[in-house]
Amino acid sequence: MKIEIITPEATLFEGEGNYIYLPGSDGSLGVLNHHAPMISSLKKGVVRVKDNAGKEHKFDVKGGTVEVFKNKVTILAE
Amino acid sequence: MANLKEIRIRITSVNSTMQITSAMKMVSAAKLKRAQDAITRMRPYAEKMKGILSNLSASLDSSEMVYARQREVKNVLVVAITSNRGLCGGFNNNVIKEIRSQLKGELQGKNVKILSLGKKAFDIYKKTSNHTTEGFSETPYTVFDKLNFENSSAIAEVIMKQFAAGKFDKVLLVYNKFKNAASQTIVAEQFLPVVPTVTEGKSSSVDYIYEPEKEKILEVLIPQTLKAQLFKALLDSNASEHGARMTAMHKATDNAGELVKELKLNYNKARQAAITGEILEIVAGAEALKG
Repeated sequence: MKIEIITPEATLFEGEGNYIYLPGSDGSLGVLNHHAPMISSLKKGVVRVKDNAGKEHKFDVKGGTVEVFKNKVTILAE
Repeated sequence: MANLKEIRIRITSVNSTMQITSAMKMVSAAKLKRAQDAITRMRPYAEKMKGILSNLSASLDSSEMVYARQREVKNVLVVAITSNRGLCGGFNNNVIKEIRSQLKGELQGKNVKILSLGKKAFDIYKKTSNHTTEGFSETPYTVFDKLNFENSSAIAEVIMKQFAAGKFDKVLLVYNKFKNAASQTIVAEQFLPVVPTVTEGKSSSVDYIYEPEKEKILEVLIPQTLKAQLFKALLDSNASEHGARMTAMHKATDNAGELVKELKLNYNKARQAAITGEILEIVAGAEALKG
């Protein structure tokens, strides 16, 4: 699936991945390939992305919003 | 006619001024490029956010949200966004003028406070009774010293808190919107209460899972959009400033060039007059010797 992590200042990550871990405001969320469309909010924490090569990327976020739509995850982070 | 030495000194001084203005123009051009890049990087964020927001508010009445509540307007906060430095044409003056006309027009009779972002506005408003820095931990006018999202959202948070507490019923941002390098338009934009987003009615067809429920997400999303809005205004103003300075300095360089041309003409005229005078003297002297 396509993953995009965007902040107001830059695009932190853009690429393919097969797993993403999110600090949702009601508890942690894990999103795998072909997730149903979803909108959720995030709290302070770490976003972990596993790309297709199996490598893990970590991003600290202060909060934000995430949209999952058509196998594409967009994270609007702060 | 001024004497030769005086003209020469003026020519050198105008020349060095020209060097400074053209150097400042170059610097502004480089900074403008960076400022424009920052706006471009901001764009995908803003667009996506607008998409999600219109998606959410299509199915939800957001007018009861704390930041969207319309109240009778008595206390108004005007956020004046200017630059730290001058020498950029009418850039700062336009902001001041716009605020003045707002005060005389729409905001007449209201209790208006002014928050200055940027040293120029601060210098002007710090002596007036309208000036406020209340509630802001640090001096907010220095935000342009280090313009990043963190500083900008700290200011936005204070403004939102004061709005939510009922200290202000309306918040306006007055700043120069960036159109292109040569032109800026001055705008007075409503910051709070939130202007409802116009939904195009195309995106609501998707059946999203909301986690947590929509209201909770909106509670997070609306402050996020507000922070983004203020940040966008600051970035716009920053880019406009460099654009305005570039234009102003370009004009100044042109004018200096013209001035030098004129002075050179005068200088040569004076030089020729002096030479003619000298020749006359020599000829007259020779004539006298002949007897």
